[in-house]
Amino acid sequence: MRTVVRGLQELRRYPSAILGLLLVGLLVGVSLYAVIGMPYSEAIHLWRAGVGVWDEYPRNARPVWTDLFTRERLPRTIVVRSGEDGRVASEPTEDGTRSVEIVLPFDFQYDGFPREITLFVDTQMTEGEEVRYTVVWRTPGEQEMTLTRNRRVRRSDVYRISQDGTVRMALPGMPAPEVGLLADLEQRPGPEGRTVVKGSYEVLVRAEIPADAELTARLVVYGQIAGLAGTDHRRRDLMVALLWGAPLALAFGFLGAVGANVSTFVLAGIGTWYGGKTDSVFQRLTELFMVLPLLPVLIMVGHFFSRSLWLMLGLIIVMSVFSGAMKTYRAMFLQAREAPYIEAAQAYGAGNMRIVFRYLLPRIAPVLLPQFVLVIPTFVFLEATLAVIGLGDPVLPTWGKVMNDALGQGALYKGYYYWMVQPAVLLMVTGFGFALLGYSLDRVFNPRLRGV
Amino acid sequence: MKISRYLIVRAIILFCTVVVAVYITVFIANMGGHMDQIRRDQIKFDVAQAVYADPGNMGVPTAELQRMINERAEMQYRRLGLDQPFIVRSVGYLTTALSLNLGRSEYLTSDTGSREVRRVITERLMPTLLLLGTAVILVFIVAVFVALALSRRYGSFVDRAVIALAPTSSAPGWFYGIFLILLFAAVLRVMPYGGMVQSPPPKEPLAYALSLLRHLALPVSAIFLGGVFGGIYSWRTFFLIYSSEDYVELARAKGLSSRRIQNRYILRPTLPTIITQFMLTIITLWMGAIVLETVFNWPGLGRLYLTAVNLSDTPIIVGTVVIYGYLLAGTVLLLDFIYAIVDPRIRVGKGGGSR
Repeated sequence: MRTVVRGLQELRRYPSAILGLLLVGLLVGVSLYAVIGMPYSEAIHLWRAGVGVWDEYPRNARPVWTDLFTRERLPRTIVVRSGEDGRVASEPTEDGTRSVEIVLPFDFQYDGFPREITLFVDTQMTEGEEVRYTVVWRTPGEQEMTLTRNRRVRRSDVYRISQDGTVRMALPGMPAPEVGLLADLEQRPGPEGRTVVKGSYEVLVRAEIPADAELTARLVVYGQIAGLAGTDHRRRDLMVALLWGAPLALAFGFLGAVGANVSTFVLAGIGTWYGGKTDSVFQRLTELFMVLPLLPVLIMVGHFFSRSLWLMLGLIIVMSVFSGAMKTYRAMFLQAREAPYIEAAQAYGAGNMRIVFRYLLPRIAPVLLPQFVLVIPTFVFLEATLAVIGLGDPVLPTWGKVMNDALGQGALYKGYYYWMVQPAVLLMVTGFGFALLGYSLDRVFNPRLRGV
Repeated sequence: MKISRYLIVRAIILFCTVVVAVYITVFIANMGGHMDQIRRDQIKFDVAQAVYADPGNMGVPTAELQRMINERAEMQYRRLGLDQPFIVRSVGYLTTALSLNLGRSEYLTSDTGSREVRRVITERLMPTLLLLGTAVILVFIVAVFVALALSRRYGSFVDRAVIALAPTSSAPGWFYGIFLILLFAAVLRVMPYGGMVQSPPPKEPLAYALSLLRHLALPVSAIFLGGVFGGIYSWRTFFLIYSSEDYVELARAKGLSSRRIQNRYILRPTLPTIITQFMLTIITLWMGAIVLETVFNWPGLGRLYLTAVNLSDTPIIVGTVVIYGYLLAGTVLLLDFIYAIVDPRIRVGKGGGSR
């Protein structure tokens, strides 16, 4: 143990070790922040993206910081609620109903067009009744355009203005309603496309509702940028996965390294000390698992049985315990076994287990440490590998899952580079951190490297 | 002869290992017999459809029809051997697989439309060998020679710079592949996104070769980036350890040139290890490129395997694993043979493992 402590002190002399430690520390910090700031159940809930969870987020929006690198101001998402910024006017009519007019104003000062425009309408009234409403669009130039007339709503309705065919027809020459509604209609489209008319827009929702009913409306003008990490094709904020990917990656890597590397080490020690049958059983198992290819077996199990991350981890551990490292450790233990102080231990009557755990294992422990650190990124990348070929855990938000989504949605072809690059960079930082630390440890602890 | 006895024992053990590995594959690929149940249900469904659709069966009571369905389905089960329990059948699968009688695939076909597993696999073998062969040999040669050069200039600036890059190898090749696609295909638009040749394939051999090379460049670079610096690091360590041996010191003291020392006293004793590592790398990469081939849309064995698993095409899965198992076991046996000749401890018959 003393050699380990002394070695760790020696680590301070290596700048790469310091850098590695910093990176690993950063990751641990992010993991803690993720786990404390966003509880597991909440993360899962957000990542499942049920109905209504990500309503107010645009699809495939770039991260907000990309705005710093573009000349134009890219639009952000604007949400106008009837209860907050909206004005509601209502007056009773002769036949006992109320005539309601909701005005949803918003100020649009961006240089780009929004991605989508959607109106969410909710009602509170007796079950079974229905209400019809009309939507009018008013531009800064006080021009009015009726988007829809007498649209039916029972409890709630989602009016996707961007997908309304009649609005598209009413705006000839415009690629999409969300462009036409905000563009300068007089302007001939130049090579740069159309320009946005900046100013305050208003959306008017008019309806006649029963006297005791309530009508609320919410307008969402989806931007081109959202969140610190952007969003994906299901409107999810990628920050959820980027943050929660850290603790999952660390847990996977660490448990994998403990399960596979440390147990290989202990079993190799036991096998070598007892020798005979135990040793030969371990040897045969090692040969078996060396022939059994890890990734193909994982792919099969993932396809035919379960894709749970933890089952995969268990299987990886079982298959890696008897791996090539077993042979390396065995060779070292065979040498250590002959050391005189072990003979001395035998002479004073120490039990087998005592010799293995008190004398044999600690002697080789310094070699284990760098190996242990170096093997962690292997497991982190293994998880990403599994996720990228579609065998990621169905519910957990991991970096690999994000990359898999990005690949599957053709992010590289469509230019959504942020989607692929962010998780990839995080994976690389993780790999780099542990590898830097591991290689430095190797230099400190590997006895054969010290002399040269 | 001790060597031949040793080799025979090793061969038997390796064969048993392959048997166990293939059996595990057969077991998983059939979902522990669950696949048979699915097949049985499918047959029963088809038979029931046929019976109900037969106009001659109009007016026959339902119980009678049910009996007919059961009878016919039973007959089909017997024809396909599905009436036996899975354990018995799995042994049958195992023996046919081990005798390389790979049979026919269930869904996948080769480009010529054949369903023979042997053909499907051999067709995909060439692209994989082309890609991995090029990449592995490149990585290996560059790693060994750069490591040799660095071990001579131990501690110099170049040495430290290259060694500082060693952590890049903690990421697998496909990971760099994504960055390469992003940079060269998506942003710069100078390289194709993937595939093996352009579509439609050029008719002229020269144009075909050029197109192939263009498509080969990115995946090979990806493997290269993922492996080369880690390789250099471990080979450099290896050579450094050997160059601190006493006999090298002696040679140096004698005033031999450093090239001579390198060739005679460092390379020669380490040659068996170099060969071993080379062969093992080639074999393990055989299946190691599943993701890389998927990312680059390369029509190789790895992608074939992945598609087969996704389609539950058991014969192809088992066939791929059997061939892989035989190749790996064959290589290990060959290495054992080399070691048996080189390593005196094995001739004496004591100590040390196989490697």
